[in-house]
Amino acid sequence: MSKLFERMQKKQFTRKQRSKIEVGLIYLIIAIMFVIIFYPLFWAFAISMNTSSNLYTASLSPENWSLDNYIWLFTNPRSDYLLWYRNTLFVSSVVTVVTTLLVSFTAYAFSRYRFRGRTYGLYAFLLLQMFPVLMAMVALFILLNTIGLLDNLWGLILIYIGGGIPMNSFLVKGYLDTLPKSLDESAKMDGAGHFRIFFQILLPLAKPILSVVALFNFMAPFMDFILPRIVLRSPENFTLALGLYNFVNAQFSNNFSRFAAGAVLIAIPIASVYLVLQKYLISGLASGATKG
Amino acid sequence: MPTDENKNKFEHPVNANLDHSPKKAMLLSLIPGMGQIYNKRLIKGIIIFVLFAAFTVMMVEFIASGLQGLITLGTEPRIDDSRVFLIEGILAIIFTVFYGVFYYFNIQDAKIEARRIRDGWRAGTVMENFRNAWDTAFPYVLIGPGFMLLIFVVILPLLFMAFLAFTNYNLYNAPPRNILQWVGFDNFVRLVTIGEWRTTFFSVLSWTLTWTFVATTLSIALAMFLAILTNDKRLKGTRIIRTVLILPWAVPGFVTIIIFSALFNDNFGAINTDIIMPLFGTSIPWMSSVMWSRIAIIMIQVWLGFPYVYALFSGVLKGISDDWYEAADMDGATKWQKFINITFPHLMFATGPILLTQYTFNFNNFNIIYLFNEGGPAVRGQSAGGTDILISWVYNLTFTNSQYSMAAAISLILGLIVATFAFFQFRRSRSFKDEGNF
Repeated sequence: MSKLFERMQKKQFTRKQRSKIEVGLIYLIIAIMFVIIFYPLFWAFAISMNTSSNLYTASLSPENWSLDNYIWLFTNPRSDYLLWYRNTLFVSSVVTVVTTLLVSFTAYAFSRYRFRGRTYGLYAFLLLQMFPVLMAMVALFILLNTIGLLDNLWGLILIYIGGGIPMNSFLVKGYLDTLPKSLDESAKMDGAGHFRIFFQILLPLAKPILSVVALFNFMAPFMDFILPRIVLRSPENFTLALGLYNFVNAQFSNNFSRFAAGAVLIAIPIASVYLVLQKYLISGLASGATKG
Repeated sequence: MPTDENKNKFEHPVNANLDHSPKKAMLLSLIPGMGQIYNKRLIKGIIIFVLFAAFTVMMVEFIASGLQGLITLGTEPRIDDSRVFLIEGILAIIFTVFYGVFYYFNIQDAKIEARRIRDGWRAGTVMENFRNAWDTAFPYVLIGPGFMLLIFVVILPLLFMAFLAFTNYNLYNAPPRNILQWVGFDNFVRLVTIGEWRTTFFSVLSWTLTWTFVATTLSIALAMFLAILTNDKRLKGTRIIRTVLILPWAVPGFVTIIIFSALFNDNFGAINTDIIMPLFGTSIPWMSSVMWSRIAIIMIQVWLGFPYVYALFSGVLKGISDDWYEAADMDGATKWQKFINITFPHLMFATGPILLTQYTFNFNNFNIIYLFNEGGPAVRGQSAGGTDILISWVYNLTFTNSQYSMAAAISLILGLIVATFAFFQFRRSRSFKDEGNF
């Protein structure tokens, strides 16, 4: 290697040769990055396929791989995996429906109407978006405790919906702003009412962004760990992320392979969705804000 | 003003009603609805009057007792719950603000309408008026539900936290057993004067800032390096390369952090047993040494954080015109000069504000700190672990030590720091605000 650099510095290569060496180096760096990226992911996958549930004795060779851990998650009576799955699905569904509806309303108002206090409203949304709900966790904990919504899925749902409104509204508003105003103005000329313009003209056009918002809100509870950790107490109320964490938390090395199996089952669908929609998500997030 | 009136007189010479006084309408509006009646909008005036009257009758008692409770925080232990008093007090404040805003709007409305009448405008039929009112109210109807939820789920907790920071709520003084007291800035003063609090606060604060700066900057640097490499036209299979490089962003963070925390385990983690031991014959205390934990956490965050920025950068790089580089080649510029003068400014200009949000994100990146080793290892003489950042310290104070007031005070400081960041965000959105670009 060092000889190579020496020769390169002394310009003993032709232009073509130098270019080849450069490309080779780039491929080398990318290969190293591939190893760094895949190693932990592959390792977790291998552990999840391991029969021994103990990290000390786990081996990574595919010889004695089995699906035992996956089967355990779904069939063993001591496994709460399906229950957590149901809880998460419930939270996700309610949050998705309510958020998408509320957000399309607010975004429509901010995008299409000029009303008193609009600018202040936008600034308030922009400001609130900067403060993660998590920052008020002391208050959330005490508040939910006082009104009896601690350890209750509805408490979690409320926080998800409320906390998501500002950011999602910006995403949708940004999209609605790009739709030509002449559309709804001509509809207005034809005597269409406010709701009719909204439901029959703008909503169908805004489907792409609304699907992204819906999908995003649907996936969030599958990935979020902190809020459930603050709100939920008893294992039968856990969401997936929190439940899986407790696998490793309770007896670290003993249940790691079960955690890995459960994690693989969440990670594969979510990662696929992210990769397929990456263009949308990255540019959309960039125009609104970053995921908190 | 006289020129204005002249102009209007000129435009509406027939209908102008110079006797109709906006000032009078405003004064009458001090009793809500009266100004509108003076403007001959009888139905509107009556509706406004009835609404205000109903609100006043219903809420006056709640607001008065709420505000009073906010001052005393209760008098009898075990019967009065200071937390409820705080919540009701905050609600009373919110309602008062609402009342004030509507009151102000009512006066403004009377004034504006009176001015229009003076200049010759006539109200239409009842149906027309009704439709106009619906047109005006419609955006508020749309925003109403979301806004209400926002107030109760986001603003109320934030205010509650702010108030909490000025009380003495902790494990030994907790409602409903005890009554809370207002203690002014005591919590903040204690934070910077009392020995253990002080050392902990400043060491956590300095680590938080270091962490934010180092972890984010390293991710951005790596992302930039890789984006430039993979933008090379001689490379084949860039699509696959890009997808793999974005992969860490796509996998849920909590999963990867837990995986890494197992990989970095002191005793049986694969990094020690498979890499460090065979190479160097010793193991590194990733979990039990403060310095090594910090290094591990920063490395993991770079792994997690670079793909998003990488994707952004890649997009920007694709958009830079080749002309720039060709012109630079003509002038005989080196690679480094091209990077400094063309690539870097382009990247920063296009993504600057988003990069700023990456810093804010890491500043409050609770997940990685907590899931790696719960902020550990423990450090002698301070109440936070070696890798605890402000937000994870707040978590521990709340859920482990029940130091609620102190946690709230630190959250408030956190909020101030974030607000400073927010200020810069504001400026950028102002700069290209001009409608729709938010």
